[in-house]
Amino acid sequence: MRKLYTKKISKKDQFKDLNPKKETVEFLLNYSKALRVVETRGIKFGTILN
Amino acid sequence: MNNVEITDAVLVREYMQGNEIALSKLINRHQHRIYSFIFSKVFDRDVAEDIFQDTFIKVINTLKRGKYNEEGKFLPWVMRIAHNLVIDHFRRNKRMPKFDNSGDFNIFSVLSDSELNIETQIIKDQIENDVKELIKELPEDQLEVLTMRIYKDMSFKEISERTGVSINTALGRMRYALINLRKIIEKHNLVLTN
Repeated sequence: MRKLYTKKISKKDQFKDLNPKKETVEFLLNYSKALRVVETRGIKFGTILN
Repeated sequence: MNNVEITDAVLVREYMQGNEIALSKLINRHQHRIYSFIFSKVFDRDVAEDIFQDTFIKVINTLKRGKYNEEGKFLPWVMRIAHNLVIDHFRRNKRMPKFDNSGDFNIFSVLSDSELNIETQIIKDQIENDVKELIKELPEDQLEVLTMRIYKDMSFKEISERTGVSINTALGRMRYALINLRKIIEKHNLVLTN
């Protein structure tokens, strides 16, 4: 019998360790901290503070 | 013992009140499900990363503007945003197919200078003048709709208001204008391409 060298990965295992990069999450948190929303005459403006 | 998990609704409220740590908790709690969902559709780590980022930028913008309402649940809402962005991604790719510049394929063979040279500009002007003459053969109502839509860049809503007909009638007139224009072009054996 032919020896099997490969193992079929189940769909569950395929997506088991999937997470966004740490840098992406950090970017989002920094973006959130920098974003300020100002309301002038009923209109809301978003500004990014450095 | 304080073992009770804070609900999403509480974290969202805290974040909207200025607590940035609440966002960090929300991302950590749901990042795996959202990222896996995106990846399961696009099968590309980089694209999934971009869509994940855009999803949360939308979430942040909406929450900071106070536009979020607690009618639905937080996670299904974020998933819906991600789902819409995945659709946008595929739509964009359909319009602009990506070219993989590897192997024998040369990317420059599909790139061209979009600027018209003098010759093609003259041909383009000539064609536009010919089309202007041809549309004069259309029935008055179709000509009116076509002119407003193509040359005046009006929406069908504006056209219907201006002409006093329903939007569907305006759409129908536009459709017949194009069909008839094709017939006129065929009748005259014209080739309107440069």
